[in-house]
Amino acid sequence: MPQDVADLVAAAQGGDREAFDELVRVTYVESYTLALRLMGNEEDARDVVQEAYFRAFRGLRRFRGDAQFSTWMYRITANCAATHLGKRAKHRHEMLDEADPIADERPSSDPQLQSDATELRARLTVALEALPPKLRQVVVLRDIYDLPHEAIAAELGISETAAKVRLHRARKKLREDLFPRRAEEAADAV
Amino acid sequence: MRCEELDDQLSAAADGSVLLGRNERRHVERCLRCQAELVQYRKVLRAMRAMRTEVLEPTPGVLADILANLEAAGERRAIRSLISGHKAAYLGGLAAATAAGAAGAIVFANRARRLRTAS
Repeated sequence: MPQDVADLVAAAQGGDREAFDELVRVTYVESYTLALRLMGNEEDARDVVQEAYFRAFRGLRRFRGDAQFSTWMYRITANCAATHLGKRAKHRHEMLDEADPIADERPSSDPQLQSDATELRARLTVALEALPPKLRQVVVLRDIYDLPHEAIAAELGISETAAKVRLHRARKKLREDLFPRRAEEAADAV
Repeated sequence: MRCEELDDQLSAAADGSVLLGRNERRHVERCLRCQAELVQYRKVLRAMRAMRTEVLEPTPGVLADILANLEAAGERRAIRSLISGHKAAYLGGLAAATAAGAAGAIVFANRARRLRTAS
């Protein structure tokens, strides 16, 4: 039963449980995609997307419709991902410090793979996964989902300044991963 | 001006959120390294934006898990409202019984006073 998302939201806000279930069916792939991009693994993405829809269900009356439902879900998903990462960090120490150098086993060092835009995207996916979660969250929300700095800061529980700093660090790291400088260029720059 | 001084501005300039000042622009116009970095940032941003329309297919069972979780939450909510409904009915009954008792006591006291006055 193809229905307009706005109609489904209105029906669900009126207490129609089936309308909310349909809303989940229509939107969950996009929400899951964001959760997977933020968390970097399927298991955590599943937990995050479940929690996100649970929170959306409880808070649906607060959705005023001044943004798209999908954007509202992005914000809830981002918030759940931040909470999930916070919990995970409490339970175990990160194996690698954010600043630690990581052995480069990615295809970025192969010059043959550096021309095609499709290849660039494939390598970008790998580079995104290799980013520290705190940097990945900000750059995914800003550069893929186009959320404003203010919204990103609010959902991740950080200041706007911190969001901008993380965005800069993330972009720089991605650029360096995707376009590694040749050894002689790096030597010239020193 | 050194390239490093522009480091944190190039990525913001690439998406148009920051406009470079006159000195910075002049440096970039002459510096091949900064020009290359600017182009690279733009390529990264274009590739990121192109990802917006991609979806990653969820593994089987994700939808079922979400719906089952919501179903369980709905049931919990229904049970809570049932319990709070029962509580309200119980408290309402208690209040009515208290009010009836108080009214009876007043009637009884008035009657006793009238009898004392008559005798």
